[in-house]
Amino acid sequence: MTLVAEEVRIEVPVSGAPKRGVLSRVAARLGNGAIQLLLALVAVFWLVPVFGLLIASLRDESANTATGWWTVFTKPAELTLANYAELVANQAVWQSFLNTFYIAVPATVLVVVMASLASYALSWIEFPGRETLTVVVVGLLVMPIQVALIPVAKLFGAFGLFGTITGVVLFHVAFGLPFAIFLLRNFFAGIPRDLIEAARMDGATEWVIFKRVVLPVAKPAIASLTIFQFLWVWNDMLVALVFADQDSAPITVALRAQLRQFGTNIDLLATGAFLSMIVPLAVFLVFQKYFVQGVLAGSTK
Amino acid sequence: MKLRPSVDVAPGRSPRQAIPFLLPALVVLAALVLYPLVFSLIRSFFDATGDEFVGLRNYVDTFTDPRTLTAFRNNVIWVVVAPAAVTGIGLILAVLTERIRWATAFRLVLFMPMAISLFASGIIFRLVYEETPNQGVVNAVLVGVHDMFSPSSQYPGARPREGYTPTEAGFIADAPARAGDTITLPLVGFSPQDVPAQALPASVPAAGNGEVRGVVWLDVSVGGSAGKVDPIERGLPGIAVEAVRDGQVVARTTTGDDGRFTFPDLASGEVAVRLPSSNFALPFRGLTWLGPSLITPVIISSWIWIMTGFAITFIAAGLSAIPRDALEAARVDGATEWQVFRRVTIPLLSPVLLVVFVTLVINVLKIFELVFVIAPGSVQSEANVLALQMWQVSFGTGGDQGAGSALAVILFLLVAPAMLFNIRRFRRERS
Repeated sequence: MTLVAEEVRIEVPVSGAPKRGVLSRVAARLGNGAIQLLLALVAVFWLVPVFGLLIASLRDESANTATGWWTVFTKPAELTLANYAELVANQAVWQSFLNTFYIAVPATVLVVVMASLASYALSWIEFPGRETLTVVVVGLLVMPIQVALIPVAKLFGAFGLFGTITGVVLFHVAFGLPFAIFLLRNFFAGIPRDLIEAARMDGATEWVIFKRVVLPVAKPAIASLTIFQFLWVWNDMLVALVFADQDSAPITVALRAQLRQFGTNIDLLATGAFLSMIVPLAVFLVFQKYFVQGVLAGSTK
Repeated sequence: MKLRPSVDVAPGRSPRQAIPFLLPALVVLAALVLYPLVFSLIRSFFDATGDEFVGLRNYVDTFTDPRTLTAFRNNVIWVVVAPAAVTGIGLILAVLTERIRWATAFRLVLFMPMAISLFASGIIFRLVYEETPNQGVVNAVLVGVHDMFSPSSQYPGARPREGYTPTEAGFIADAPARAGDTITLPLVGFSPQDVPAQALPASVPAAGNGEVRGVVWLDVSVGGSAGKVDPIERGLPGIAVEAVRDGQVVARTTTGDDGRFTFPDLASGEVAVRLPSSNFALPFRGLTWLGPSLITPVIISSWIWIMTGFAITFIAAGLSAIPRDALEAARVDGATEWQVFRRVTIPLLSPVLLVVFVTLVINVLKIFELVFVIAPGSVQSEANVLALQMWQVSFGTGGDQGAGSALAVILFLLVAPAMLFNIRRFRRERS
């Protein structure tokens, strides 16, 4: 019975599709159902770990030690915002949350500004060694930051930047630049030459062309870069682990000390981790198109 | 090499105008990336204090230090397993998502882990794999499935008070029993609160002709005397009891609600009473995911969770660029979907797959936070990777920046082929 119904519904042939027997059409139908089911399961599989963390962050210490987060389905009354209230009231953690902003915002702005300027020169001003310079930037894309940790720590020590937010920001700027320049240069180079030449004929200076012609056109690329760089810095742990001190530590580093006693600290760690995730998740959901483009624009770092 | 300028310079333009545009970025890159690279290279030939030139000794030490060798081994496992797994899964899922209407939503869900920090992902998976089944969801599921097929024992951890020898098969009586005997079998090591509700007060059965009778009870009570059935002590129902002769089980019975059991019709001769170990088996508690033997696979699984969305999105972009005509032509020629996939899609997609794979390899070589967060301190040396070892040696417990620099240089050399790959691809795309 159902087979007949299925057949009727798919009788409109897709243009150019080969004629198939009834059996293979039914198989295709079933296959499609199986694919839907499989992918739905995969999606659930991907969401469950995050959901578990969220629920754990909403249960108090004794509940988390006694039973797993999944028991919440039978005991929803256990849910509480107390962990968050406690964490926000904790001066050190709250300061680290703010520090994450103080680090991520300037590091993003500086990278976007510096990379835009450099990318303009690399794509539209002729100068000797331009090709070589571009290739060097491409080469630096995959540079491991470990290479710079020890020397820059010494350098920062000499300039009094070690253990400061400024130091952390500068390091992020340096290692954000190659990707940023790579992404923007590719986009700038794709701007129609007529646009630039016309402005030059009108006698516009390079600065004016950059500001009035290139930047407005490049908004989508700059948006991608901004989102990508902000999340990259926000999510960092290694750089801050080396260059930040207790007062300038971002939230990832501040929470690290709690890792030792994981089993009994689940309430605190889950809450802290989720607090640190709220900003990236919001940015991701609102600007996902730009973020995905940013990630795809070049290889990830 | 393209030496010819590709942009026509307008009259009066001078290369000097590039300077203000380039200067800020170049200064930062030179001071904080290029100079450090050179410095690390030189520093790696000096000792921990940085005063004494030691030649290649840091490198030799690195390749003989057991901790670093473990890190190398793990990096090899990572590089061999992880990028291929993610590329494969990404390819399959990307192809499958082309068949569904909610592909965008699906990709969004799988891409989401890319947005959060590796630290947070680490916490997430530390919780997923937590050992106790009432905290870690994986072990909770494992225990649930296990108990469904082989229910856990009723009296985990309980044991006879004395006079019984523990063996593989169970507790076996030291003294033989014969027909007409009455056996009192006090158990300890179990909480009275956990005794099943249907249990009745225990009492010693009267001796029976030609039968072995006995009682199994929980010999734990306030004010009771050891080895004696006290009034408030209850029998233990449902305990399997075996009579063994010459290593063979000749009779088998189960205790009643009052803890009593009877072996009727035992032929003359001695038997040994045995309580099979199945009565007392400790419950299955799942696997020690975060222990030394499973830690690297566990961390790899979390990385797969993070990176699959990237692979899917990248490959899906490549798939949509494949000309539909090529696929349709193959289908019209009578190729099955599998043949189309194998003979048309994969070859056309291979440049994209290569880029995804190389990107993932670079990412894997730099893995740090996941190991740092997921591996508990006690097994971190088992899960060690080069990037983590470099941090440990230079800033953690080691404090040897000569050896740390050597590790940094080694990491650099490992990603150098990827560097050349990127440059070559960039050059090709431009020409």
